[in-house]
Amino acid sequence: MNIVVAIKHIPSIADDLPVKGNNVDFDSVDFVLNEWDEHSIEQAVLIKEAVGGTVTVVGVDLIGELDNALHLALAKGADKVVKITADDPAADSHMQAKWLAEAIKGMSPDMVFAGVQASNDIDGQIGPMIAAYLDMPYIGGTSAIEVSGNTATVSKEFPGGVGMKYAVTLPFVAGVQSAPKPPRYAPVSKVRQMAQTATVEKVAPSGEASSGLAFKKMAPPVVTGHAEMIEGSPKEVAAKIVELLKSRGLA
Amino acid sequence: MSNDVFVITEHMDGKFSDVSFELVGKAKELAKALGGQAAAVVVGGGVDANVFASDSTIQVDDAALSQFNPEAYAKVVEALVKEKSPKVVMFGWTVTGMDIAAWLSARLGVPCAAYAKDVRVEGGGIVVSCQAYGGKLTAEVAPEGETAIVACLAGSFPAEAGQGATAAEKIASPVDLSGLKMKFIEMVKPAGGDVDITAQTKLVSVGRGIGGKENIELAEELAAKLGAVVSASRPVVDAGWLPRTRQVGKSGLKVKPKLYLMLGISGAPEHLEGMKGAELIIAINTDKKAPIFNVAHYGATADLFEVAEAMLELL
Repeated sequence: MNIVVAIKHIPSIADDLPVKGNNVDFDSVDFVLNEWDEHSIEQAVLIKEAVGGTVTVVGVDLIGELDNALHLALAKGADKVVKITADDPAADSHMQAKWLAEAIKGMSPDMVFAGVQASNDIDGQIGPMIAAYLDMPYIGGTSAIEVSGNTATVSKEFPGGVGMKYAVTLPFVAGVQSAPKPPRYAPVSKVRQMAQTATVEKVAPSGEASSGLAFKKMAPPVVTGHAEMIEGSPKEVAAKIVELLKSRGLA
Repeated sequence: MSNDVFVITEHMDGKFSDVSFELVGKAKELAKALGGQAAAVVVGGGVDANVFASDSTIQVDDAALSQFNPEAYAKVVEALVKEKSPKVVMFGWTVTGMDIAAWLSARLGVPCAAYAKDVRVEGGGIVVSCQAYGGKLTAEVAPEGETAIVACLAGSFPAEAGQGATAAEKIASPVDLSGLKMKFIEMVKPAGGDVDITAQTKLVSVGRGIGGKENIELAEELAAKLGAVVSASRPVVDAGWLPRTRQVGKSGLKVKPKLYLMLGISGAPEHLEGMKGAELIIAINTDKKAPIFNVAHYGATADLFEVAEAMLELL
């Protein structure tokens, strides 16, 4: 089973997101692995463990700092890692998906996984776009993928805990919402070992695509309301909340 | 090309989701401003499609489309959009819309604006406000070209404006549906046994800030003292710290309790979809810029553990 996982390196939303012109000030933010990619890597490794095969993780290196994420993927069970050396922090989903699709084409994958979404998917997610560029069907929001022979049984999540199961003939692209198990932990020592010994294959970006979106403005949301902030020490905050709840008959 | 606005509606078990009505209502407004018509597109048989206030409703009636099938639905929508060349194609940024919108964009080479919170007409074209970066930034984007795809967050527009009784025109599938690589097998309803968080009057809801499974106990203790039940945001459930039955938000359940006490939830748009109707929302988060503070009634920038422990002593 040849599984390729396409990952996305994105500005961290844990920090402030400064704006420059009509976009994020990419020089002033930390880049992190898209949180859903941890689940797509886990899903791929689980399938490899169940039926054998190879997991290749590939991502666009936007700022020259993708190696950490790739070493982590290796420590978690990926067999091979590839970075597309773009050095373009503003590359949109369409551009990244095109480069990824061109790189993946030659890998003859049985399945391609991507995170179901990323917080900066303003022009849509890379998973369905990779599917379109590779002319493969796409199914997103997956919570479990099992493979037997040439067919995968894919569980897709719907609101309210409803799931739908599909039989999908390989090859296809999936947007992983969650792996059936929480993403495994990789010890720092193992990641370090990978950093010292592993080879990250480099590929030049190939192909052209664009979101076709003209950015007119980027700014914190216009706030119509704001919480009444409770100030003070944690004890004072707790006391005020309890008082509030009691006054409303909620405690 | 036309100035029409298409809405790709979504349904399950014979019922349309709220977002379909929301989008039809918005589509009417946009179509009027653009000088076109608003058309509701219903992919699937076995559903009464005469429920929208659209100028027209097109129902692709085929037994093979009665359940959502990402591959089949995508191909049908592609064929319709190619044939009719609408100016705008609206999807919900939902579990079904997300399977098709970006695919169609790459397939047809037309722009897609996702995480859309608002759409307006400006200079004969549209401008879309997208709530990106977990709700921390809003991007205003203008799609270029003849056709634009817009994928809107549920709850962005009122649903009432889209409700009506326009008679649907039933058509056969514009594409051959034999030889699909994706086949629907079954629907799996959630197993019972756990508490129903939608039936609770008080919820203590935990997010990524709770840090680990071992800390859930603190939330459980606080909930017990308040006569509440513990619910969670998606990352907590995906990490396996709480079962799926406790998840609030787009891919989880919609709740409307009297009290929604949030511990360590930043308030991404997907979570807000599930809880913004709660009567009293109190949020505790260490990030003073967390988007949840724009929605909560009361908030505190504080360590959730210290606040929760202090509350336990007082209750």
